[in-house]
Amino acid sequence: MIFRKPENWSMYYKETIRQMYDIGIGSLMIIFVVNIFIGAVTAVQFTYQLSGTFIPKYYIGYIVRDMAIIELAVTFTSIILAGKVGSNMASEIGGMRQKEHIDAMEIMGVNTSSYLVMPKITAALIVIPILVSLAALVSIVGGYIATIYSGSFSHEEFIQGLRSFFKPQNVKMMYVKAFVFSYILTSIACYQGYFVKGGSIELGHASTRAVVFGIIVILMADYFLAVILTG
Amino acid sequence: MIRVEGIYKSFKDAEILKGIDFLFEEGKTNLIIGKSGAGKTVLLKILVGLIKPTKGHVWYDDDDLCSMNKHELITLRMQVGMLFQGNALFDSMTIEENIRFPLDMFTKKTLKEKRTRVNFCLERVNLEGINNKYPSEISGGMQKRVGIARSIVLKPKYLFADEPNSGLDPKTAIRIDELLSSITKDNNITTIINTHDMNSVMEIGDNICFLNEGKLEWKGNKSEVLESPNETLQEFIFASPFLQRLKENALKNLESEK
Repeated sequence: MIFRKPENWSMYYKETIRQMYDIGIGSLMIIFVVNIFIGAVTAVQFTYQLSGTFIPKYYIGYIVRDMAIIELAVTFTSIILAGKVGSNMASEIGGMRQKEHIDAMEIMGVNTSSYLVMPKITAALIVIPILVSLAALVSIVGGYIATIYSGSFSHEEFIQGLRSFFKPQNVKMMYVKAFVFSYILTSIACYQGYFVKGGSIELGHASTRAVVFGIIVILMADYFLAVILTG
Repeated sequence: MIRVEGIYKSFKDAEILKGIDFLFEEGKTNLIIGKSGAGKTVLLKILVGLIKPTKGHVWYDDDDLCSMNKHELITLRMQVGMLFQGNALFDSMTIEENIRFPLDMFTKKTLKEKRTRVNFCLERVNLEGINNKYPSEISGGMQKRVGIARSIVLKPKYLFADEPNSGLDPKTAIRIDELLSSITKDNNITTIINTHDMNSVMEIGDNICFLNEGKLEWKGNKSEVLESPNETLQEFIFASPFLQRLKENALKNLESEK
């Protein structure tokens, strides 16, 4: 039902652009702030754990890069978006259900499950992988700033680490995860909002369920993808 | 013309509608009246296909709504307009965007043509010049009229209104009634209004379906309502002490004239 041919492509296009703006621009700030600190903490923690060992210092750059690309940027970004975007989508659609907007559209002949859900999923599938790429970049920058400016080691060592043992397969893994998590978080949120029944308390519960289920399913999917993609 | 035949509807153990048969006539304002909980809204939602009946048929001319596939239902809905009790105007859109929404979605008209149609509909409900306002910036009565404008923008063959007078002062309510009645007559459409407003019953009730506890208790028109011997109907109509006193005074006057 969701992926039926739209009644009018331009209306769907406009709605997709609006959603892309909401998800993308609306989440930039929080993604930047969270990921810069995640990168910084990763670098500081590993510097501490590897100190006094025979592992070369430049390995920190390599660890920060791979942890950001393979796991932290994509998972943290998706979890943050499950909270921010997921609850927003569930509330938006749920509010429309309660104010009879969905009934009004149904009576006009609009395929509401398609018009309200498809642009959101499409927008998420386009925007979230871009956000994840930025998150990975910011995370690495965070790691760089935290270690270089604290004097733990030199710029050259960090860059050497970043350039070491690079596998393009890891970037592919990041994008696969980003696409899967985008679909999970939007589809769960839209489902919770679309089928909400009752009043404002139920709407609050639906919004909470969207976030909780979204996060749990993302983490489960993360495990299975890790097993499949690294196997 | 819309005809309902043996409509039953249950929610879990509660039977809400118990075998309704009624003909909603073309070119007339058809009213569904009854106390709260009588099943009016459920019947209206069945008529527009938002709820499926447990048993029975809804005939739009010769087409049975209950056996339509998704595509046929969408085609039918292009001929249906509906005014909701809470107006259901989209808050984030301007008045013009709200009314234009069905045109944007289903027609290939140019923006100029769509604007002309929107302005015509706004004029029809006496609301010129509010195109760029948002629903929250206008009164409840104006919102109702915008709802009517949106429901007629695609020139529907069938118009539905769920309690169009609820929450309105008597004067505004009368204007809404007059508007719905004149739109019905001018365009020769089938209008079905769900109400418990006595003014509406007496002013625009061309064809009335009175529901009581899920059953069709009485049918007739506005001129037959007062003369009906049906006690449940009389109790419903003269429920307010004010109307009861008026009725008693009128009867006394009649007796004294005799």
